Amino acid sequence: MAGPPTENTDPTGNDAQRRRRRDCLVVSLAVGVIGVTFGVFAEAAGFDLPRIVVMSALVFTGASQFAAVGVLDDGGSGGAAVGSALLLATRNALYGPVVRKTLPDSTLPRLGAAHFVIDETTAMAVAQPDRRSAWDAFWFTGVTLWLCWNLGSLAGAALGAVLSTPETWGLDAAFPAIFVALLATHLRTPAGRVAAISAAAIALGAVPFTAAGVPILLAVAAVLPALYVRHRRPSDSEEPLGGESGAQP
Amino acid sequence: MIVLAAGSYGLKVLGVTTLGSVVERRLGPLVSLLPAVLFSALIVVMTFETAGELVLDARVVGVGVGALAVWRKAPLLVVVLAAMTVTAGLRLLS
Repeated sequence: MAGPPTENTDPTGNDAQRRRRRDCLVVSLAVGVIGVTFGVFAEAAGFDLPRIVVMSALVFTGASQFAAVGVLDDGGSGGAAVGSALLLATRNALYGPVVRKTLPDSTLPRLGAAHFVIDETTAMAVAQPDRRSAWDAFWFTGVTLWLCWNLGSLAGAALGAVLSTPETWGLDAAFPAIFVALLATHLRTPAGRVAAISAAAIALGAVPFTAAGVPILLAVAAVLPALYVRHRRPSDSEEPLGGESGAQP
Repeated sequence: MIVLAAGSYGLKVLGVTTLGSVVERRLGPLVSLLPAVLFSALIVVMTFETAGELVLDARVVGVGVGALAVWRKAPLLVVVLAAMTVTAGLRLLS
């Protein structure tokens, strides 16, 4: 998808769509495997099947679900579990401004789509060259990821510890690698590079001292040096909202 | 759990409605920088963090190889498999 968008010629459009959806599916399937480990984890922590299924379907924010179950498993209170989970979920609110333009304009579909505003859908949408393909990537990732996550949770809860250690399979490296691929487009401008490097430094510095979820929120301060760089080099501000042409994946 | 479901959905809705339009109106230029910031922070946390501590393990090497694959313009599937294989392989050896 590196070339200029030639969406109007049918073969190219179909081809681009097929490739786009294949990438979305890769992400969703990886999330599905994590869903299995969530199911196993929650089951081991004493959650029954209905509660696991309802949680995955309705909360639908992986990191938060792991955090909530983990806190309860360690003997934490319900309030502490909800607190740490919501802290992790707060970044989804920050994705809102990013994907807002991509979502449908009318209220009801927009409120429905909001449920699917998470790391992966935002990343796949923002990686697309135009609004139409961004919406396609968003809903396709959203739906397949929701299905994979829930089927995974169900399978994990029902089958038990078949895949209890995702580390054995290197799955914990899969997600950062996916986001490296999706970050790549945003590194094309000086401001983007400054933003990414500053954010990484802030997050790294904050990890040992703050609760889970907080480092990513603190990293938002990285927009300040990036805005400064962009201000110094105005040519850079041409960058379209939500990243420029085709992320490489 | 109902509180958690409502809360996490509420945060998402807040993002695409009120917060979204306020940020857009007041801080427009900021929005295009948010993906770089959030994804970059997410990457380092997912790569180096284990239970609230910074840890260097096989995962770091795997993500490095994945990044190399991204730089060589490999498809996403190749990137993911490379990162997983290297990480799993290193763990198998150690």
